[in-house]
Amino acid sequence: MSRKPPKNISIFDRVEELLSEEESFALVTVVKGPPVGEKIIVFPEQKGGVDFEGTLGNSELDRVVTRDARGELESGRSGVRNYGEFGEAREETVQVFVESFIQPPQLLIVGAVDFTAALVRIGKVLGYRIIVCDAREIFATTQRFPLADEIVVEWPNKLIEKIGQTFGPRDAVCILTHDAKFDVPAIVAALATDVGYIGVMGSRKTHEDRINRLHEVGVTEEEMSRLRSPIGLDIGARTPEETAISIVAEIIALRTGRSSTSLSETKGPIHD
Amino acid sequence: MKEIVKDIRNWQKQNKKIAIARVIDLDGSGPRLPGAAMAVTEEGEVAGSVSGGCVEGAVVLEALEVIKNNQRHIVSFGYSDQEAFSVGLTCGGTVHLFIEPLDW
Repeated sequence: MSRKPPKNISIFDRVEELLSEEESFALVTVVKGPPVGEKIIVFPEQKGGVDFEGTLGNSELDRVVTRDARGELESGRSGVRNYGEFGEAREETVQVFVESFIQPPQLLIVGAVDFTAALVRIGKVLGYRIIVCDAREIFATTQRFPLADEIVVEWPNKLIEKIGQTFGPRDAVCILTHDAKFDVPAIVAALATDVGYIGVMGSRKTHEDRINRLHEVGVTEEEMSRLRSPIGLDIGARTPEETAISIVAEIIALRTGRSSTSLSETKGPIHD
Repeated sequence: MKEIVKDIRNWQKQNKKIAIARVIDLDGSGPRLPGAAMAVTEEGEVAGSVSGGCVEGAVVLEALEVIKNNQRHIVSFGYSDQEAFSVGLTCGGTVHLFIEPLDW
């Protein structure tokens, strides 16, 4: 396991530096036990890369904690873990807090329409890194979507084929073109990725028509079940802003597996 | 912690003593997840939050103590601990915080 001595700056400075570089890392702090307050910075597994910086006091504890912190980091979780003084399992002499810092989830919006502008704004509030893609140069402009992190003029399916391998369960693709010429190839490309949410805009009629077209190009029922089409929760949204809220609410509910009904109508804990 | 780094930086430039409180664990229901953080200066300035406003006041007092005596430790606030603590989460959960001076 490769360890790098801490840089000649404070750990807090280093954390700030890594955050500004948008690196993924875990800050591990001993919160109970003899080395209370000691910290290491753990990096994701990377061939030939540095495993961690700093020390919690002994190399055995460093090794075990680094291994476990990586597990937390991979799933973006933060929480406490207990060990013996030298990293022994099933002991509680030392408690550490693993705080994961991961890159923000991505939201790819296909189609540069009015609804896109609202979804960019709402998505930004939720901390997404937002990419807007449209093949039409006059619509896909920074002026129209000043908050978007990236605006790409390209056929959406081509872009998804290019960047799709970076998509994971926390990411979302929203296809707002409701034009069969664009959305069918984009849907097919999105289905080939591990993206957590694929929403497709359109009326019920457009949706029916789209389903037929997707069948024609060989999309299976199972793949179809991954689509949220028509997009969004049924909250009666009319304006682009209301629609954007109904879309992000659906993204959240899909991720958490919750019912999307009013809490006043349900029982049980509000937070899992 | 990300959202309070900027404020902390400004305070550091003014040589203020700072404590950081982080949510490290929850029992039952809680409004903020582990990682939620709050920074407090010796003058009682505050950045960030660790609950829905239920325990922030008490955390400021704890943080000022930590700045004074330099002792980092875990503090827990829970509904069931009402006799031990004057505040708790109204939602019924217990929140565990680690409060430490920013000497790192």
